[in-house]
Amino acid sequence: MWNRFRSNIGAMVGVLLLLAVILIAIFAPLLFAHSPWQMVQRPFLPPFSMDGLPLGTDTLGRDVASQLAYGARVSLLVGLVSTLVALLIGVPLGALAGFYGGYVDEGAMRFTEFFQTIPNFALAIVLVAIFEPTLASITLAIAIVSWPPVARLVRAEVMSVRKREFVDAATLAGLSKPRILVRQVLPNTVSPIIVMASLMVATAILLESSLSFLGLGDPNAMSWGYMIGAARTVIRSSWWLSFFPGIAIVITVLALNLIGEGLNDALNPHLSRKGKA
Amino acid sequence: MAIAVLNFFLLHAAPGDPAVVLAGEAGAADEQMIAQLRERFGLDQPLYVQLGKYIAGIVQLDLGYSFRQGAPVIDLIAERLPATLLLTLTAFVISLSAGIALGVAAAARVGKVSDSLLTTLALLFYATPLYWLALMAVLVFSVWLGWLPGFGYETVGAGYGGFARAWDILKHLILPALTLGLFFMAVYMRMTRASMLEVSTADFVKTAKAKGLSGAVIRRRHILRNAILPVVTLAGLQAGQLVGGAVLTETVFAWPGIGRLMFESLAARDYNTILGVFLVSAAMVILFNIVTDIVYRIVDPRIGAKV
Amino acid sequence: MSTTLAIEHLTIGLPEGADRPFAVEDVTMSIEKGEILCVVGESGSGKSMTANALMGLLPPGVTVKAGRAMFEARDVIRLPEPEKQALRGASIAMIFQEPMTALNPLMRIGEQIAEVFAAHDRYTQSERREKALALIREVQLPDPEKIIRAYPFQLSGGQRQRAMIAMALALEPKLLIADEPTTALDVTTQAQILKLILDLRERRGMAVMFITHDFGVVAEIADQVIVMREGRVVERGIAADVLGNPQHEYTKRLLDAIPTGTLPQARQLSDTPALEIKGLRKVYRTGGGLFKPVREVRAVDDVSLTVARGEVLGLVGESGSGKSTLGRTAVRLVTPDGGQVLVGGTDLAALSDEELRKQRHKVQMVFQDPYASLNPRQRIMGAITDGPITRGIPRKEAEARARELLEIVGLGAEAASRFPHEFSGGQRQRIGIARALAMDPELIIADEAVSALDVSIQAQVLDLLRALREKLELSILFITHDLRVAAQLCDRIAVMQKGKLVEIGTVHEIFLEPKQDYTRQLLAAVPGAGWDRQGAA
Repeated sequence: MWNRFRSNIGAMVGVLLLLAVILIAIFAPLLFAHSPWQMVQRPFLPPFSMDGLPLGTDTLGRDVASQLAYGARVSLLVGLVSTLVALLIGVPLGALAGFYGGYVDEGAMRFTEFFQTIPNFALAIVLVAIFEPTLASITLAIAIVSWPPVARLVRAEVMSVRKREFVDAATLAGLSKPRILVRQVLPNTVSPIIVMASLMVATAILLESSLSFLGLGDPNAMSWGYMIGAARTVIRSSWWLSFFPGIAIVITVLALNLIGEGLNDALNPHLSRKGKA
Repeated sequence: MAIAVLNFFLLHAAPGDPAVVLAGEAGAADEQMIAQLRERFGLDQPLYVQLGKYIAGIVQLDLGYSFRQGAPVIDLIAERLPATLLLTLTAFVISLSAGIALGVAAAARVGKVSDSLLTTLALLFYATPLYWLALMAVLVFSVWLGWLPGFGYETVGAGYGGFARAWDILKHLILPALTLGLFFMAVYMRMTRASMLEVSTADFVKTAKAKGLSGAVIRRRHILRNAILPVVTLAGLQAGQLVGGAVLTETVFAWPGIGRLMFESLAARDYNTILGVFLVSAAMVILFNIVTDIVYRIVDPRIGAKV
Repeated sequence: MSTTLAIEHLTIGLPEGADRPFAVEDVTMSIEKGEILCVVGESGSGKSMTANALMGLLPPGVTVKAGRAMFEARDVIRLPEPEKQALRGASIAMIFQEPMTALNPLMRIGEQIAEVFAAHDRYTQSERREKALALIREVQLPDPEKIIRAYPFQLSGGQRQRAMIAMALALEPKLLIADEPTTALDVTTQAQILKLILDLRERRGMAVMFITHDFGVVAEIADQVIVMREGRVVERGIAADVLGNPQHEYTKRLLDAIPTGTLPQARQLSDTPALEIKGLRKVYRTGGGLFKPVREVRAVDDVSLTVARGEVLGLVGESGSGKSTLGRTAVRLVTPDGGQVLVGGTDLAALSDEELRKQRHKVQMVFQDPYASLNPRQRIMGAITDGPITRGIPRKEAEARARELLEIVGLGAEAASRFPHEFSGGQRQRIGIARALAMDPELIIADEAVSALDVSIQAQVLDLLRALREKLELSILFITHDLRVAAQLCDRIAVMQKGKLVEIGTVHEIFLEPKQDYTRQLLAAVPGAGWDRQGAA
């Protein structure tokens, strides 16, 4: 499986890009002498015009490169944690619905459908707006709007695994239902969940940046979306202030998508063969 | 309806006394005002009575009053809704038709350079934040090249009428609709391509080949018709995201729709309006879903015939 | 007679990394006008690849390396694509194994037939419709006017296969390639389709290349036979010769493996019942929405039967007869709507879930699909010992017993530490048997336990079951659609149709003196039935 993944050029590019972003995020304090909030030079300094400030300064004279590095922390953190929370909601719900069927399924799926029909970005805005923007509320809001696809996926997987004969065999062995679900069924649904999770981190990063762009970011955290939002009004004169954070988002999200696709091909060889046939 | 209930609880979940929040919005937060508000909105009554009243209000299209704007929320929304419908529907049609067409083209050339180019482009659009793409589009096509207007719905004060006005609106529509549509086009294209490849391994495709049909006929009559079903389903599910994306696009392009209204209300902490827009956007999604459902029924004879 | 198709030294290469370099190696065969050539082999013998190569339908990566196939003085393998396309459907037509998936689910049957004419630019719109109707009549589909407007999901499996044949016949091809066209069908339907193909050959004088794994089918229709194994031809000749006097070892083995020949000697059965089923009923309800009427299917309708201790009772029926539901009800994977399932005096049907879990070990099951019946993420040891350990048997003891059982079923104790994907289909069925035995059940239910296996593997698993029956005094309810298999292993046979028990009796009674019409129909439909009796005589 690892070999299949490694031979996928796109996925390896994705891994390298993501590694670079992670390293920059971790070592941001070492790489940049001044904090992203600190004024270091005159405002609106274009990129490459002064040593030590490769990407110039923003509307308040702060170092754009340093802001980018610190922004990576927020993006990755929010992306990762919100995905984990979404999995914590979606996996159990989908598993129970798919395994027990009947009224449990009916109820759980109505609930999921309800959340899925709501325009998720609009719901995220409402949630963050009402609960005061903090990193925690943003993360929670993103998790709340992104768990429904997980629940649906897990339900579908569990339903298909449940029909297989080894589950009947486990029932005949006298194993209890919860034990069959946890020990026999769920391990067989892990691969698609991993694939989906990697793609969800990417979506979460996009969502977080969109919220920050609208001014719904945590005022105490530097984030890419905030940078773009703040620079929006000066786009005619200082385009680079919007441009570079956008590129950072594209690179990170692209890397995650590439990894997700690579994982998908590696974990579901049947489908990937079709893709290349 | 469930959305309305959720809305109600969200309003009550907001930190602090709703009356204080509302009073804060109105700009005067003295004790008397608050007491008045409490009475007026029945906030001193038990929760379920309030819920009942709220729902009854929604049924009568009463979404509350916006103190900031000094007008009922429903009027504000009604005024802005056509612009949003125009934008989202255009983007939906563009993204779905272009996405399916490009997906079919990529699947037909699978493994070739043009396929790789298309899939890479799709992957790139898929990773690009909508609002950033919109900003860059404004920068390039409006600021630098000056080809298309970058802001607004129509040229203010131009006094165009009839056809000239339509043309003016169309020019204003191009950039927002395209940037909103591109992301979804990428989604639909990837889905169409994968679905086409999946269906092309089906047994009935082999049958079609054995009948001596040409590749083009097989693709059109046999593969595409079957491959399009999951794409339509996805399009229905994605409608919510499209409406959500409109908030961003409208913000960037100063498009006078309900998304823009939501953004303005955010800055003003105008909760009644935010929730009203939210409710209406959810209703729009339901509308989109009804449309995809009808399309699905037309394409797939098995639905409805199965008794 | 003139030769319709001559394949000479055909070699087909597999992509790199496959288990062997060639799918088909140096294969030569010819089919005369009006002749039926049966190409016989087990899975992986290259029989389907040969057919696909003729039609230009080889999967990507698989290519013809050498040889030619002469048809109407042209090598069809090396024709340019447009000419191949003109040939397909017009001069050479093909039908496939899976009637369920071989038709486009979104197109009406009539459209799909008319499309053949359109593809080859024949006739006008209205003529096409007339022709399609005539074809539907020719393949004896009921109510042609209705069928032409029907979608595939509205047709049964047999009807779909007839529609496929109608499509194949549309342009009066000189050669019809049939790739296991009856394998997915019930025996009675299979018999009808085989008869249809024989009739059509008679009427139209076309050549037929018939691919199958079933020597019974060969006995029914073949003029010439070619036996293939791992891409090579091992035997060829006139049908009667190959069947009556096989030369090659492999052919002999295949023929021996077919459950035919003399009926087994009847055994003395004990009087103590292992399983008693009394008045069992199970109704499935579907639909029942706001606008849909509830549809009831009586899957099991008031069935009573007994399996004696040490007996193997065969439960035979076609798909939809309720035999599988009966089996699943007997182990309480399905809860019945009425009746009793008595195992050693306990009524399993009446137990609560918790009590049931404690009694589960009494009846165990061997499943149909060797690939789905083992958890791919669990080692064999776990699969076998889960049950005993849950019952409270100490882990050490259970593991020792598991190793012992793996030896008994012929796999060896070291199999315990491996994962399912390391085993073949036949080996997996042995694991499934060991798993069932580990629970010390009073009864084993084998649900189509050998149906998914190639004949030679099937014979080995049946041998194992026979040996276990003697050694362990096993009581088995053996569910199968194949009367021939049942005859080999069972003491008595019960025949089911549409949820009802039609007839029950010893193997001799059922085969030699069937009392019910339906049983007689089933026996007559068994492919190669006539030839079997000759062999038995």
